[in-house]
Parts: sequence; C-alpha cells; structure tokens
Amino acid sequence: MSSYNNNSVRLNAATKVAVFGGTHGNEMSGVTLVNLWMKNSDEIQRKGLETKPFITNPKAVEKCTRYVDTDLNRAFTAENLSALGGKDLPYEVWRAQEINKMFGPKGSPDAYDVIFDLHNTTSKDYFNLQMMNYVKVRRHPQLRLEVGPQPQGVLRSNIFDSMRMIIKHALDFIELFNEGVEFPPCTVEVFRVLERVDYPRDANGNIIAMVHPNLQDCDWEPLNPGDPMFQTFDGKTIHYQGPGTVYPTFINEAAYYEKQQAFVTTKRETLVASAVKKS
Amino acid sequence: MDTQEVVRLPKLSRVAVCGGTHGNELSGVFLVKELLKSKQGEDRNSPILVLSNPEATQRCLRYLDVDLNRCFSRDALNSPLSDSPPYEVLRSRELNTLLGPKGSADSVDFVCDLHNTTANMGLCFIAYSDSDWISLHIFRHLQRCLPEISMRYINFNLPPDEAYSLDSVGKHGFAMEIGPQPHGVVRSNIYTTMKTAVQHMLDWIHLFNSGTVFEGGLVDVFTLVKHVDYPRDCKTHDIVAAIHPELQDKDFCLLNPGDPVFQTFSGETTFYDGNESLYPFFINECAYYEKGIAFSLSRKRCLNVPAVQSQRNQSNEL
Repeated sequence: MSSYNNNSVRLNAATKVAVFGGTHGNEMSGVTLVNLWMKNSDEIQRKGLETKPFITNPKAVEKCTRYVDTDLNRAFTAENLSALGGKDLPYEVWRAQEINKMFGPKGSPDAYDVIFDLHNTTSKDYFNLQMMNYVKVRRHPQLRLEVGPQPQGVLRSNIFDSMRMIIKHALDFIELFNEGVEFPPCTVEVFRVLERVDYPRDANGNIIAMVHPNLQDCDWEPLNPGDPMFQTFDGKTIHYQGPGTVYPTFINEAAYYEKQQAFVTTKRETLVASAVKKS
Repeated sequence: MDTQEVVRLPKLSRVAVCGGTHGNELSGVFLVKELLKSKQGEDRNSPILVLSNPEATQRCLRYLDVDLNRCFSRDALNSPLSDSPPYEVLRSRELNTLLGPKGSADSVDFVCDLHNTTANMGLCFIAYSDSDWISLHIFRHLQRCLPEISMRYINFNLPPDEAYSLDSVGKHGFAMEIGPQPHGVVRSNIYTTMKTAVQHMLDWIHLFNSGTVFEGGLVDVFTLVKHVDYPRDCKTHDIVAAIHPELQDKDFCLLNPGDPVFQTFSGETTFYDGNESLYPFFINECAYYEKGIAFSLSRKRCLNVPAVQSQRNQSNEL
C-alpha cells in the first residue's frame, strides 16, 4: 500500500472517548444504549482506548422529558460554564458545568479526545454512513449522532440497532487509527446548514400551517423555488420562495416547534479530507 | 331472510367534538382551534367544540398531574376531592358539568373525542359498547366516504359506570384515534384525514337528524382481550427489550402463537406464548410505557348492525 507521507496530517492518538446518552431525556435510543453499556461495557471497549458511557441529563431521563429547566444541548456557552450559583442555577446549566469538569474543560488539553452524543429525531434524518468510515478526530472532535425517525419517548428496535452498529464502527475506526493505520485521502459529501425556517404564525405567535404533505419526510431531497412547503389548516398551500434549490432536514422535529423551526435548509458540498495517521 | 327492522333512535341534538384531551396529541388540538376560528359553533346545528385540557395543551404535554382520559368512571367522578386535587381531576368535573352529567338525561347526545397515537393504527374508533348503533353507523359511513383510509372499530367491553374516558360522558360516543404520529408533532396528512373524517361524521349526524334511513349491514369489530407489557428487570422494573422489528408497525396483522414479539437489548427474540391467534394494536404507543402496555390484543368478529332512523318528535326541530 503506498504511503501518503507527503500529505498525511499527523494527529495524536485518541485515548479518551465518551459516549453520551440522555442529553435529551426522551430520546430513547441513546438512553437505552448508554444504560446497557454502563451495566456492561465490554462491547464498547477497545485496545489502547478508554471509552466511558455516561448519562448526561439523569433528571430529564427519569421524567422522560427533553429537559427539566432548559435544553442541555444549548447550555454549553462560555457564559453558562462560568456562571456562579452552583445548585441554585437552572438544573441543566449546573449539569453543563459538571460535565465540563468531568470531560473538559472545553478547549483545554485535558479534554476528552472524542465524544459521541446520541440523539433521536422525529424527522426522517438517516445518519450518513459514508462519514462513519472517515471520522476525522481533529475536524469533528464532538460527533453528534442523530438517528430518526423515532417519536420522543418511544424505542424502536431498528433505530436502536442502527445506532449501536454505528458506534461500534466508529470505535473500530479509532482503534485502527491508534494502532497506526493510515487512512487515505477521501471526499465526503456534507450538507452545510444555511438557515432555520419557522412555521407561518399569526399575530399572536400561533402556528397557522403545517409542513406540506409533499415536503413531509423528504429530508435531504431537493426543495426548489415554487415547491409546496406549508399547508394551512384550511387547506391552502404556501410555496418555498428562496433564491435557489436547498436540501431541507429536521423536517417537523417535535422539539423544534418551541425553537421556531419547521425545518433547516442546507446546501450540498463536497469536502476533501487529507490522509491522517497517528503521530 | 327477515325484513330488516329499523331501529328508531332519538335525534342527536347536542353533539360535542373534543380535542387536546391529551395536550400533545396535536391533530385534535389544531382541528378544534380551526373549527372554533371558522365559527362553526354559532349555528344551532353546529357541534359544541371543546379544548379538553387547555393547561396541558399550552405546555404540549399529555397531562399536568394525571391522565385526564382516565378520570370519567362513575367512581372517579363521584369520589370526594382531596385538599389539593390534581388539575385533571378538577377539569374532569368541569367537563362533566359542561357535557354531562354522565348517565343523566341532560348529558349531550354524542361525544367525539380526538386523539393521536404513535402506533401504526390508521384511523380507529374506540368505543365501549358493541351495540352503539349510532357509532357503528358513523363508522360505516366513513368507510364508504373514505375507502382509501384504513379504518377499524375497536371495542373495550366495559359497562358505562366503569368506562373511564371522556367520550363516555355523552349518551353515545367514541374516541377517534389516528396514527402513526409522534406526540408533539402535527403531520398534514394525518390532520387532513381527521378533518375530513369529522366533517363526514357531522354530515351523517345531520342526515340522521333529518330522518334519513340508514340501511344495516356487517361491520368487523375488534374486541379487546388483554394488554401485554414489556419484559422488565425484576429489581429495577426497567424495560429490557423493545418491540421486535417483525411486530413493529404491524397493528391489526394477526399474531400467531410462536411469532416474535420482543427483541432484548442483547439481541434475543421473545415469542408470543398465548394459545390463540389475536390481532395486536397500540403497538409501541409512547404514552403506554408508563401504563405497562407494549401492545394490546383483540379478537375480531363480524357484527350485524340494524338499520336506523331518528325518532320523529312533535316539535319542528330538525
């Protein structure tokens, strides 16, 4: 096998890896997998690598709710991480500080090398398996894995199995990398987020339309100017008026109604990744 | 064959359509809001429109304290209130005053309570009786008007006193349950199905009240036999398996002894150990994890529904 020495990026071995579940307490695949691995972690251990499974939001998991006070997955801001108040802080802000102490501090050399944060979505958003073969630790040190569709609070065995398989492959990759295997350059198709599109609302902020049946479940398919986008409750169609074709995702994610997001638009790009090898 | 006897039943003068009994089942929430907006409540023949659980609806939760749709049995409605009663207990008394009192001559003639399920059930009517000819005729009418929609009639054999859901407050009624839809999400196709079904239901009621004779016929009815819980850890009571991929989404597909039902997290299959083939439904309904129900099982039979017509009365009321 030819060497890519001239152009290989040298990176340190990844020796500390974490797998998070229950960042949103009602996204059941991650909760179930991490609970399983906390009882018996044989499946996720690899040579030369410490893999720690961890439930990030135990109070929300116990109530099977997305969060208790505020969304944990939006809580890791610099302001929150340095706020004073200890247990008087909103639960998830305090929790973010605890997690940052255990697995960070964020931005420091002591931080964990790779963190997998397991999520589910009600939208039809399949994880791009191409990416899994080429997880580049430096570029994507925190890999958030979203697998859907799965209703909140529900565990579907096919989704559970997919997520479990993906984590196993990811850990295999890290083990091979740590053993010195050199991974050749590759191109990866990615979808770069452009903007959030909210539901049409009335003057009081109430939703007045739903995702159009032609758009429902069409995550990652092209949405062209003039295509149906929303359908009002009395049956009228609202069309997409953007300047060009976009690729929507997170279409009709339950948790995003409160975040004013019906879907997110993305554009397709091809990223070129250099060869990588352990330094 | 005998001449079919026509059963004469009182007109349905007061009809209620309820949504948001579970605040995160959004088709009913948005449909009732839409009907309220289009002023359907002002015409004498229009239904009474109710958002059953406004507090839970506002928070997009199934309930605040207790499940509202388990508060309407005779015992629940009549038991003395504690010092700080759960929100839904108080609300159930309000709804019983508005639409009932249950079991009395003053109760509304008909209640249709709108629900969604995460299970792949299509459109279902859920009723307590297998001889409520009004509900059965509305079901037949919907089957004729919407032949492209999968529809089933489920009955839970419970006497009126023990019937615990909101639809049991009226003299006739059923819950209209449509899935699959995640809770907290409104899917346009599901909403449109519910809207169309409710419109056809109201059309039938209008025709019935106008004296139309509706011919009888056969209806398949699924009667609840039992609920099946998830396998659980004896100590922690946590679930240790998920619905098997071969059972997932197979509501109303016959389950035979020996068929796979669960897949444990370590990958083993558990098989159905009953000795009778039955029809499963509410497979993997999110809200039923806490009620200890992974799926329910039913027996199918064919009912002969008689012809019906509204009773003539002395007044000119239509």
